[in-house]
This record gives sequence, structure tokens and C-alpha cells, in this order.
Amino acid sequence: MSTSKKTNIPSNISFDTHPSKYRHIQLDVDGSVASIKLDIKEDQGLWEGYELKLNSYDLGVDIELADAVNRIRFEHPQVGAVSVSSAIPGVFSSGANIFMLGSATHAFKVNFCKYTNETRLGIEDATEFSGQTYVAALNGITSGGGYELALACDEIYLVDDRRSAVALPEIPYLGVLPGTGGLTRLVDKRMVRRDRSDVFVTLAEGLKGRKAVDWDLVDGTFPSSQFDEKVSARIAEIAGDGHPERQGIELDTVAPEIDEDGVHYQHVDLRFGPVGRTATITITVPDQLPEIPSEPTELGSGWYPLRMFRELDDLLCRLRFNHPEIGLVLLETRGNIETVCALDEAMLNRRDHWFVNEVVLLMKRVLKRLDLTSKSLFALIDEGSCFAGSLLELAFAADRSYMLEEDDVAIQLSAMNHGVLPMGNGLSRLETRFLGAADHASGLTSQTDALDSDEADELGLVTFVFDDIDWEDELRLAIEERASMSPDALTGSEASLRFAGPETMETKIFGRLSAWQNWIFIRPNATGEKGALTLYGDPERPEFDYRRT
Amino acid sequence: MSISQFDSIPNNVDLNSDRKLQKALLRWQPNYLDWWHEMGPEGFQADNIYLRTAISVDAGGWAHYDYVKMPEYRWGIFLTPRATEQTIGFGDELGKPAWNEVPGEFRKELRRIIVTQGDTEPASVEQQRLLGQTAPSLYDLRNLFQVNVEEGRHLWAMVHLLHGYFGRDGREEAEDMLVRRSGNEDSPRILEAFNKPIEDWLSFFCFAMFTDRDGKYQLAALAESAFDPLARATQFMLTEEAFHLFVGETGVDRVVRRTAELMMQDPNGDVRKLGGIPLDIIQRYINEWYSASLDLFGGEDSSNAATYFATGLKGRYKETTKGRYADHVALGESYSLDRPDDKGGVMTEDIPMRRAMNAVLQDSYRSDCERALNRWNKSLAKAGCPERLSLPSPRFNRLQGVFMDFAALPDGTPITREEWESKRATFLPSEADRDYVKSLMTKVYEPGKMANWIAAPAKGVNGRPQDFEYVRFA
Repeated sequence: MSTSKKTNIPSNISFDTHPSKYRHIQLDVDGSVASIKLDIKEDQGLWEGYELKLNSYDLGVDIELADAVNRIRFEHPQVGAVSVSSAIPGVFSSGANIFMLGSATHAFKVNFCKYTNETRLGIEDATEFSGQTYVAALNGITSGGGYELALACDEIYLVDDRRSAVALPEIPYLGVLPGTGGLTRLVDKRMVRRDRSDVFVTLAEGLKGRKAVDWDLVDGTFPSSQFDEKVSARIAEIAGDGHPERQGIELDTVAPEIDEDGVHYQHVDLRFGPVGRTATITITVPDQLPEIPSEPTELGSGWYPLRMFRELDDLLCRLRFNHPEIGLVLLETRGNIETVCALDEAMLNRRDHWFVNEVVLLMKRVLKRLDLTSKSLFALIDEGSCFAGSLLELAFAADRSYMLEEDDVAIQLSAMNHGVLPMGNGLSRLETRFLGAADHASGLTSQTDALDSDEADELGLVTFVFDDIDWEDELRLAIEERASMSPDALTGSEASLRFAGPETMETKIFGRLSAWQNWIFIRPNATGEKGALTLYGDPERPEFDYRRT
Repeated sequence: MSISQFDSIPNNVDLNSDRKLQKALLRWQPNYLDWWHEMGPEGFQADNIYLRTAISVDAGGWAHYDYVKMPEYRWGIFLTPRATEQTIGFGDELGKPAWNEVPGEFRKELRRIIVTQGDTEPASVEQQRLLGQTAPSLYDLRNLFQVNVEEGRHLWAMVHLLHGYFGRDGREEAEDMLVRRSGNEDSPRILEAFNKPIEDWLSFFCFAMFTDRDGKYQLAALAESAFDPLARATQFMLTEEAFHLFVGETGVDRVVRRTAELMMQDPNGDVRKLGGIPLDIIQRYINEWYSASLDLFGGEDSSNAATYFATGLKGRYKETTKGRYADHVALGESYSLDRPDDKGGVMTEDIPMRRAMNAVLQDSYRSDCERALNRWNKSLAKAGCPERLSLPSPRFNRLQGVFMDFAALPDGTPITREEWESKRATFLPSEADRDYVKSLMTKVYEPGKMANWIAAPAKGVNGRPQDFEYVRFA
């Protein structure tokens, strides 16, 4: 694995795509059923140096997959079930491309693993909250990340052709883990017995047919001749009529303008600085927002909360992949607190409408992506800011918040802060923040007025309050100090502190993929000169240091 | 305290227009005055003292003499003026512009340096608060108070840096400097050497000679700092510090001269009979204060020192004086450091120069102390006295550094711990020594008169005669 290859990773990866631009997947919608088919083009990897053979995927594939899942929610809301299968005979997917991983930087691998799991959680979220059930139709060999993708679906069907198996062969073949959610979903979601799981993950060839069903690895198998028909029937059964009352909207592009100063969208703006290795994100709320009409879809994809959170989502992905050197992100808001609170209230009043609800779900997912972004986050609550309700979640997601002591600077809670936008641990950010004081968290529902810095401080809603004399200095010192500390130690510490409270499948997945999975990735047994991942595809056998850690 | 009261604080830091400083001082200054009343010189707060006050940074302004009651002393805030933008004089950032703000990444180190240095200033005032009651002359009483108020001003200088550059943390640290108390069980001063009271004037002179001189070298190292406000503040402090060292060096010299005089008077050379301080006691005081002061430099082999040098926080003595050091990066060089071997002896080891920066500073200090010893020995020779005083070896009686807990004679010869303990009273002051010295301490407040155990100074303060009324009692 030569390091020179690593320079091939593009530094301007775009997350903005459209079905008309898909290269690797086919999205078809037929009434209440949608179909996503993996048709991955070997020669269209994200960078030179690997071929996406056997429907193996890279980030470019997953960007399309994430886009498709999102578009089915917004553009095809009538859909009740989605099948995920392959367009290549005999192969569903052989998982993440090993040679791509081999030529990627460590940081890229971690972010890649995170992103793919955010996509998979998006699939699970659509199944649970949008009435769009995903079904994996494994019409061929399903291995590694391919099976991890299948595990994200609500039901899994495998073709019984005496050949196709589901497998998690990472340990025997590569000396790494099926750790991008695979192990966790196996025991936590499908609840496969732990001893059987232990056998399964050390079995390179995987399991097929009856045994795969018996061990709960799949929900059913059908012979090749009946596979398409039987699976389609099942999907049609799940979909039923779908949601005929829902009329989709078209999602427009959120592609930003990028220049040397930063990344600029309509409502979200990133500027590099104020010092090296830092960036400032400013979210602006227009003074006037339209009321939600009786048919909310008339607002279209330009509706402020949809547009803004899509922009923020896109920006977070770009920050992670294209700006690894930025370690500290300052979060600013500009606008009217009243406007934000009125919007929150209007949205929650109309949440019975699929579109409004879908936007709330999007906000939830984007805020989770912020929670999972391994950059230090400081929220700056200063003059002109509008940290209220849904936007106040940004400050609660931040590692710290700084509030200026001034007459016209305030924050305000709304119903959005009390469970509508939960974190991966299943709790609201307020509940997580006040884990040791549940009464305080629930008592905050009575705080519905704007809070000045004294009140915010008193209620524990901000970290620091400084007056205008101290503001600039304190911030400068805090920013410079933070930007100088070990990025690895900060990443680990922030990830440990952000997710207090109960473990969920979601927190386990991210905790384990960023710790276990990626620790194993940098160990010599995987990526050393004689490591299993290094020598994959070579005739040489790996040599392990057999001492356990 | 109202804003207009800032008018009475001499300064060249734009105090009248700096809201940040005003806000911090509004709270801190009353606490400072409370501290001064509680912990400053005991029993003399209402008296008029002939004191020097720095009222500006001009050539004439830093030494303005007049009678003043100590609580009304005009403690000011001064930074040595700069004609041009400074550049960093050493370390990895050599040649880059000096910092006018604290870089966030060095915030904790700089704060620690400033707090540790600043804490010694009020600590010494506390240690000396009872000394005035046994002053050997009005001249000495006045000098003690001059040292005290200026240590107070140095506290102001350090607090100004904390207030001006370290935000809320800095204000809290500044508060703490007024909360800690020398020798207090619960909140002692940071450095152990500043937690013992100074109970006799020979100790005071030794303190001003040896311990304050460590302070001079620490301040000089900080005067090279890349953090320019610290460099400027400490440079100005050094101008005042020179007087403190003068008090120490001439104070010991006057004791030595008086002792030599009495030795010549007594047929057996026994100065005790004549109420003087025997030379061997003086030597033991030197041994104790010198070795304890060396401990204040920190470890001779120190990675902290290397970091401070590399990052430009703390330089060597006169780092940027032309011709003194050829190489201001000090990366390729090494330093031959004596350290204990594992057989009870001493070996020499080459360590990277940067790690030896505390030792390098100690070396500058040591030669400065040697110079003072020569002067005292000249006084002995002039009086016809054959005995000589000496500085102990850096291996002797150390509680810090590479020779920590090493047993060596004052000349550096290694001996066993048992032997060292058995001979302890021959080279360090015994309780009997201290009691004897204390027994001589009785106040002499008549203008021009001196206690019997000390010679008169060569001249008075600021051209005033020796019998000038340096202190006017209320």
C-alpha cells in the first residue's frame, strides 16, 4: 500500500447529485414501489487506482445511494416499499472496495465508514418514520459491506441458487472487522445469537440457503426461477397502496459556490478562519418566512428549513472529507429569534402533513450528522444571533457555547428542543445535557420566553457568558488554544462526551466503527507490511503479531 | 472606587481608556489594599516614609522621591516603551514578529509562568512583615519598605498582564494571588521558599542578595520573551529590582565589615562578646540561602525549560545582547552537566542545550553571586582579616534539580548521608545560630544611628545624608 496513492483522493468531493447523473445505481419508481439496483461501474471509482469489481462500492456509490433514499422520501413520498437489489447477475455486492480502502488515508476511511452508516440509518429512519419499508433482494453473492447494507433493510431475501451466500469475511480474509455496523446490526438488530454470529463472522464463505434462514441471517430464500416473482410479491404486499395522498416535490440542487474564502450557500455560509485550522459557519434566517399553506408542498424545495438543513448537510459532508485540516468549527446564526420560534411552532402544528414531517425528520438527521462530525464545535451566541428552538439545537450539539452579555442577545427554547429532534442515543439534546437532572430538563418546557445571558447561564443552557469587554479576548484565546491541541485526542474526547446516556444500536455502531474498526485498520496486522489488508490479492500470506491487546 | 480614581494610578498602558483593565481593576484594587493592610509591614501603615515612586517611564520619572504613607503609595503599571516592533529573539520562531497578544496555544504555559513569578511578589512582603519592628536603623527601615512597596508594584505589573491578556481566567488568578498567604496551611504561596517567615535582618539581606537575585534572572529571562507585554513589563521591573539586590548585597557587606571590625577589636577575635555576628554564622547563612535560591531555578535538566525556549516564552540571560550568544536557536549544541552517578559520586553528561536552559541561567546567576562574594572578601581583606567567605557548590543541600537529596560538603565533595547529617550544624544555621542572630535584633529608630552588629552604609538615599529622617513616625 504505497502512500503515494493516497494523494489521489480528490479534495473537492461533491455530495450533490441527481438521478440523471447516477453512474452506479438505477432508481425506478412504479406506483407504491421503488427499486434501487446496484449497477456499479468498475472504471468509475472516485479516484484512480482501483476497480469497482463485483459491485464493490466506494464513497461515490454511497453518495448516490444516500441521494436516492432521500429523493424517494421527498420526490416519491407515495412509495410504501423499496427494494434494494443488483443489476449484475450472480452478485449483489462484494462490499466496500478493498483496494480503495488500501489507497485511502485513515481519515478518509473513518469518514467513509461514518457516511455509509448515516446512509444506512437513513434507510432505517425512512422505514420507521416515513412509511417506506426497505427490503433487500439479494440476487447473488452478498459479502462484507454488501451484507451490511442488506442488514439496514427491514427484510432480507436471498436467492437460493446453491451458490449465493451472505458473508462477513473481513476477519478471515482481511484481518479487519465487518465493523461498519455489520457486527452491531447482526446482534442488536436481527438479534442473531452471539455464538452463531461468532461462527458466521469467522466463516469466509458465509452461509447460504436454509441455514442462512435458520440462523436468522436472512428472512427467506427463494430458488432462482422464482426469486424475482416472490420477492416482488412480498414487496408489493408490504407497499400496499403506499401513500397515494402524498404529492412529491422536486428537490433542487444545493451545490455551493466555493472560493478561497470558503463555501457559500443561500442560507449557510462557511468562512475559513478566524485562525488556521478553524472555520466559521453562519446560518442566516430571512426576516420574512412564508406561512405554511394548506397544501404545504406548495412551498417546494426552496422552503427555508428544507433548503437550509440540506445546505448544512451538504456542508458537513464537505467539511469532513474535503477539509480534514479544519479542527474547530464556530457556529453562528443571524436572524430573528421570533421568526425561528414562529417557524418551529407552525411546523409542529402541521406535522400531520407528510411534507412538514419529512422536513422535521431531515432536520433530525442533519443535526445527528453534526453530532457525529469529528470537529470541535463552539457555538457563538452574539449580537444578531437567533439561537432559538431548532437552531438552538446547534448550540446544544456544540461542545461549548459562548454567549455575549448584552441587552439584545438572547436564546429561546421551543417545542423542537423537547424530543422532536433526538440524538442517536434516543434522548433530546437537553435530556442528554442534563442527564443527572431529568427534572430540570423536563421543567424547561415551561421556559418559553426569550432568555438573556444571565437566565441562560442560570439554567445551564450555555457554557460561558462574557461581556463585550472580555468577549473578543476570551474567544480568541479559546479558539487558538483549541486549534493547537492534538486532533486525535480531541476527536476521542468529544465523541466520548457528546453521547452521554443510554447506548442504542446507533451509538454502538458509531462508537465501535470509530474506535474498534479504525484502530484495527491502523494496526500492523491489517495495514503493516505483512498485514492481511496489505497483502489482500497478493500470493503472499499475512504474518500476524499474535499477542492479544 | 470610581472610574475617575484610575487617574491616580501612574501608568503608560492607557488605563484611562482601557475598559477591560478598568473593569478588572475596579474589583481587584480594593482587595489589594485590604491585603496590604492585613499583610503589609506590621505597625507602620500610618507613618510617612521617604519612598521612591515610579510615576512615568521617562529617565527622571521612574525615581520620584517623597514622603508617603505606604497605603497611599501610588502603585503604577509600566511597560518599558518600544521604539520599533519587536521580533522574537530566540527559539523556533526566531526572527518572526513578537506577539502583542497571548497565542491561545501557549495560554496555560504563559499564565503559569506569570502566576508563579507574580506570586513571589506579595509572598516576600508577607514574609517580611514583622521585620520593621527590629530594624537596625531608619535607613534600613526605609529600604525595607521601599523593597516592600516595589514588590507590591511588581505584583501590579504581573496582575496587569493577567487582567489585560488572560481574560476571566486571568482575573481569577489575580484574585488568588491576594488569597494565598505565605506559610498558610490551607493556601500557601506557590514556591516553598516563600512560605517561611523572615525573622531577622541577616536573613533579609541574604534573601535580597540571593533569592531576589534569582528573581532578577527569572525576570531577565522573561524580558526576552516573545510575548512582548511580558518582556516590557519585566524589563521595567528589573530597573527597580536592582535596588533590592543593592540592599541585599550591601546589607551583607555591612554586616561583614562590622564583624571584621569587631574581630580586630577583640584580642581573641570573638565577636560574640562584642555583640557582632561571627563570620562562621554568616557563612552558614550564605550556604543556606544560596542553595535554596538555586532550587528556584528548576531542574538543571528540564524538558519544560526546553519547551519554553523553543516556543519563545523564556530566553537566556541577556539573550539578545549582541555577542553574548552566537546561536539563538540552540538546537545542535550540548551542555556538560554534572550529575550524581549511581555510586555516590559525580559524573558529567552532555545533554541537549535546550534542556539545560535552567542550568545556563543558573550559571549566569552563579557568576553574579561570585562577584558579590569577592566584594565581601575585599571588605574582610581591607579590615586586615585573613578569613574568607565562599559560595557553596551547586551540589550542596539541594531540594530540587539533579543534585536533589545528594549528600555533599559545601565544597562539593560527596559524603555519606549519615556523615552529612552529623556535620549539618557546621555548614547550615543551627537553632542556636538563629537564636543568637535574633537576640541581636533590636530596633534602632534614631536618625543616623546603627545597631551594633552592622556598619553604616557608604552613603544615604538619593543624596540625602545618613542621619536623614527617612521615616517620620506618626
